[in-house]
Formats: sequence, C-alpha cells, structure tokens
Amino acid sequence: MADMVTVKINEREITAPAGSTILEAARDANIYIPNLCSNEELTPYGACRLCMVEIGGSEKPKLVASCIYEVADGLEVRTETPRVNNVRRFVIELLLARNPDAPVLRKIADRLGVKDTRFKKRNKGCILCGQCVRTCREVVGVSAIGFKGRGVTRQVSTPFEESPVDCIACGSCSYICPVKVIPLKEENGVREIWKTKFELKKCKKCGRYFAPVKQLEYFSKITKLPKEHFEVCLDCR
Amino acid sequence: MKKKLKEIIKKYGSNRSFLVPILQDIQREYDYLPREALNALSQLIDIPISHIYTVATFYKAFSLSPRGRHQLSLCMGTACHVRKAPQIRDHLVRKLQIEPGETTPDLEYSFNTVNCLGVCALGPILVADGEYHGQMTITKADKILKELEKKERTTKKVAADEN
Repeated sequence: MADMVTVKINEREITAPAGSTILEAARDANIYIPNLCSNEELTPYGACRLCMVEIGGSEKPKLVASCIYEVADGLEVRTETPRVNNVRRFVIELLLARNPDAPVLRKIADRLGVKDTRFKKRNKGCILCGQCVRTCREVVGVSAIGFKGRGVTRQVSTPFEESPVDCIACGSCSYICPVKVIPLKEENGVREIWKTKFELKKCKKCGRYFAPVKQLEYFSKITKLPKEHFEVCLDCR
Repeated sequence: MKKKLKEIIKKYGSNRSFLVPILQDIQREYDYLPREALNALSQLIDIPISHIYTVATFYKAFSLSPRGRHQLSLCMGTACHVRKAPQIRDHLVRKLQIEPGETTPDLEYSFNTVNCLGVCALGPILVADGEYHGQMTITKADKILKELEKKERTTKKVAADEN
C-alpha cells in the first residue's frame, strides 16, 4: 500500500494515499466538491475552477483548486466556507455566460443558489474544460484535436480548423463533453464529427453498422491483431 | 523544405520540449510558419499536429500566414491613444485597405496594432520594418509609406538589373 497521509476535511480526519489530490480524497470520503474538468481517467488540469477550497489554519487561509492540489499530512481543508462558496458562485456565473442552458451547469448553479449570470451571455457553448482534448490524447491516444489561440479567443479546434487528419471518429470527445457541444451525427453508415464524414463498417455477420472504419484500423494497429479480427461486431464475435 | 527542417531539428536533437525554438527557427527561415513545414515537423519529431497547431496559435509571435514584406506596427497604448493613434490607425486601414492584423493581398504590407512599446514619451509610435518613428501624424505616416514603397522599387530595380 502506498504511503498514507492524514488530512482534515471539514474538521473530519481523513486518510488518503500520498500524492492524491484533495478532490480525490474528498470524493473517497463522500464529501461533495463541484467540478467540471476533472475525470478519474485524465490527468488533473485545473481549468474550471469550480473545485476551489480553502486550506490552511485560521491564520492565513488560502484558496486552491482541489483537483490539482496534493494532500499532505496535517493539511486542513474546508470545502464550504462563505469565501469558497462566493468564489464558486462567481465561477459558475462566468461559466453560465459561456453556456447558459447546459444542464450540468444549471444543476451546479442551483446547488450554489445562483439563478442567473450577471455577465453578458456569449453562448459560446464550450466551457474550455479540456476534457475532450485530454481524452483524445490520453485515453484514445491520437491527439486529433487541440486548443487554438489563447485568452478570450481560445477554443477547441482541429488542426488548421479543417478535417482532423488524425481523427478516428471514435466520438470520445463528444461523449466526454460535459456540456455536449461536440456534435456527432450518424446516418446511413456515415458518422459525422468535426464537420467531417467518416465511413462506418458493416458487421460481416449481422450486417449492422458498428464502428468507424478508421477506428477499427487504429485498433488493429495498436493491438497488432489482423484486420479481419475487426470485421465482426462485438455482439456477433 | 524538408532538408532545411532537418537541419533545424538537428540543432535541437529532435527533443519535443524544444518545439518553440524550432518553430522560431522555422519562422526566421520563411518569415512565417508554412503549413507543409508544420506537417513535416510533426512527423519528424513525433508531435501530433494538433499540439503544434495549439502552440503556434498560442503565441502572437508566430504567424501561420505569409506576412508582408513591410511590417507596420502602430502603438495603441494609453499615451499613444490620447495623442490620436486611433486616427492614424483608421487612416492606415483606409489607405492599405486591410484591418489591423492583416496583410495586403500583394504581400507588401502587414499592419498590426500593439498595446505598448514602452516609448510613451515619443507617442504615438509607428514602427516600420523595425524602425521606430515617434510623434506620428497622418502626414508623417504617409511619408513613411512612400519611403517604404521607394525602397521596394529600388530593390526591385536592383534585382531587375542583376537579371
């Protein structure tokens, strides 16, 4: 077992493996901290800023993003102080300005007692949590999409804003997106994602379209299994 | 292009943490980042093109489109602003028929606005091909444009003579 450390979250003593983050420790102890950009399968990123918590003694409490702050012995964490909630309300208002209708944002806003945003609604949709980009890179392993620009013009984009050359049409980005702004359409054996059409493969046995051709080719490449192995869908295998 | 690229990469030992200096060298070579170069680079040092694109669009110093032979930068900092830099900008926009940040279709001029060049006492500042011109006025800006054009003509003439 890894080295354990003891932290105090909301006056409760909690042991957590050294090197884990406050958010992970809290999650294991059933303490709710709102978050949007964190995912167990992805490297911590610290983008959404909803998971802010207060740490330190009463003397000089500090606000940190719990999803990227590692636990340490004797660390004192408070997840629900007025200061913390104030920051979170502000953050959710900023996020709502980018996407006023997303159910995930609305749910968190309700919980924080935020009804509407005071900022001008820009309806950008994407909240720049980076989960799609990280999933594509870390889980899928193709890195077909990335960010473009910086500051207010930052956005998720395919290289040169054209058809993504490395994309295998797996749809993971669309699936993981918490605000569901990456459209994925499937029709007549064609999957459309990132404004690009990808051919789907028909199962040799049941004749159902079951996966994009490019994705199966990629699977065959990384598993070193022959292409024929991927001609039948999972149900018929 | 590939040969040049390989030379540049050799300098840094195809280490992916040297992406920014490599991009700087490519830009120094071509005056912008040609797409083919980025695609080739992606294969040579095994960095996804999406990542190169992210870095290349993040820094303002990198340009993904060809830039003009002449670079014009107008300071729009506070001091320059109150000394009528916006009027000079509008004048240049009208004259060159491009918005700040763009390049004329004939690739002669690139014009952009910057936020402070640190020479507020001389404002408004117009930088033409790296040369700082202070206390800018519309008349002076026109003069500078004319001089750039003349410079262009003489170099063209020299080139024609050489041929």
